[in-house]
Amino acid sequence: MNTNVLRVEKFIDSPIEELQVKREIRNQQTLDAESIFSTHKPHISVRNLNVYLTKNHILKNVCLDIPDKAITCIIGPSGCGKTTLLKTFNRLLKNSIDVKIDGDVLVDGENIHGKGVEIENIRKKMGLLSQRPCPLPMSIFDNVAYGPRIHGIRRKKTLKIMVEKYLMEAGLWDEVKDRLKSPATSLSIGQQQRLCLARGLAVKPEIILGDEATSALDPISSKKIEELFVKLKDQYSIVLVTHTLRQAKRIADYVVFMYLGEVVEAGPASEFFNNPKEKLTKEYLDGYFS
Amino acid sequence: MKHVRIKRLEEKIFKSLMMAATLIIVVSLFMIIVAVVKRGLPAMSWDMVSKIPGGGFYIGKEGGLLNAIVGSLYIVIGSISLGLSFSLPIVLYINLYLPEKSRLAQFTRLSFDVLFGIPSIVYGAFGFTLMVYLGLRSSLLAGILTVTILIIPILIRSIDEVMRRVPKEMKDAALSLGATRSEMIKPILRQVAPGIITAILLSVGRGIGDAASVLFTAGYTDSIPTSLSQPVATLPLAIFFQLSSPIAEVQDRAYAAALILTFIVLILSLAGRYYSRKFSKNKI
Repeated sequence: MNTNVLRVEKFIDSPIEELQVKREIRNQQTLDAESIFSTHKPHISVRNLNVYLTKNHILKNVCLDIPDKAITCIIGPSGCGKTTLLKTFNRLLKNSIDVKIDGDVLVDGENIHGKGVEIENIRKKMGLLSQRPCPLPMSIFDNVAYGPRIHGIRRKKTLKIMVEKYLMEAGLWDEVKDRLKSPATSLSIGQQQRLCLARGLAVKPEIILGDEATSALDPISSKKIEELFVKLKDQYSIVLVTHTLRQAKRIADYVVFMYLGEVVEAGPASEFFNNPKEKLTKEYLDGYFS
Repeated sequence: MKHVRIKRLEEKIFKSLMMAATLIIVVSLFMIIVAVVKRGLPAMSWDMVSKIPGGGFYIGKEGGLLNAIVGSLYIVIGSISLGLSFSLPIVLYINLYLPEKSRLAQFTRLSFDVLFGIPSIVYGAFGFTLMVYLGLRSSLLAGILTVTILIIPILIRSIDEVMRRVPKEMKDAALSLGATRSEMIKPILRQVAPGIITAILLSVGRGIGDAASVLFTAGYTDSIPTSLSQPVATLPLAIFFQLSSPIAEVQDRAYAAALILTFIVLILSLAGRYYSRKFSKNKI
């Protein structure tokens, strides 16, 4: 690191360059500092990611590693690009027009924006939980079976077993086992979110992406979802965008703090909350802005 | 701050305006139905719906309107099936495959808006020209084609409206499960099914009641067609021809035909509502 600093002093000519070099160093730091990656290998790696939405620079040179089989919380004030970052992970962003994406997102070492990548396979690797639960307009059973069905499982018996397994995993089985045929919309909103989780798990993903997955739920439902995440992190890498610091404190293993499209600080939860390195992080944690 | 009493008064005035508007329209529509029933009902008989016109039908003697009833149903069923098999792919294409603000999508929507407002006689004339060009004679096929062109703007614009209101989250949810766009169509169709039924009802109403578009293209005949190339009678034209007769009995039969037409639309609407409710069970 010292060598870096020396290099900086040597070559800086203009303020812009200074900024760039600083950012480079910081990115280097974020990559160095992680002790978490000695036990959890990086599952998603983001390298120099820049995203422009209609000429607005939404994500600025983001470099990031998401640890395997752990809960990563992305926090930061509204409009800092958390959701955009999450959406680049499963390429949902490409759907909108006026989007320009620069840089690499590597999942298991494969660049998902590369040519010849089967987008469906990338998405299949990741279950997405949106802010408001969005069940498909079908029965509870069909919702969970939708994923397996499109991926070629047709046998009734297999589907039944899968639906039961994943509804159990999402902690919903006991509540719905007698009414699997009723429409998904007849469930309460908290139950719907767990149904969406079950539906996502049913395509056997490796990663679960949560976009403020608990913010529309009542406290009891969101507690249930949080407990599920903690339970599931042994099998899945979980990435959560969250607005509530307390939630991040409760369940995160690894925290990413973003501000105005940049990753300000990223680190293991204990280190991040107890001993933040950046001034901005400290201010955010202390509640100077939110 | 306004005084509470003035607010109350305002409320009352607006409420009575709304009630008046509703009342005027409902009463006048009801009067049309009353007139149709009053003149048509005496002329109604089982023969009317079960027999084709006999030799002296048009001077008030034996026979019925079965040819027109069946003809109208043929035309409507044919053109709805044909119309749906064109408009559903079009709507799905401009909503799911084209980018959000695509020029082509906007142009398509605009052109169907314009087509919406074109009088049906123009469609009739267009159909006639096309028919002559293709060397067809006035026939069931030409009638179906013309009515299809007439109702496609209605189908497309009303299905498009509901399709645009499908929440983006739902599409994202399907996509993030690894669905391709064509696999995404199934849940989306389930979501818009009630809207599709409404669209079908609207176009049935327009298609079955339209006289001008079938005047040149479907022709008129006293028999029930047995192939697509034969001319076919329709209820609106049955009404039109009989109303222009000087004989009072025949005129009354025009009202009977109108009554039958109204009844068919009523039955179809009720069926549509039933299915619409059934399909919206799963809707979010």
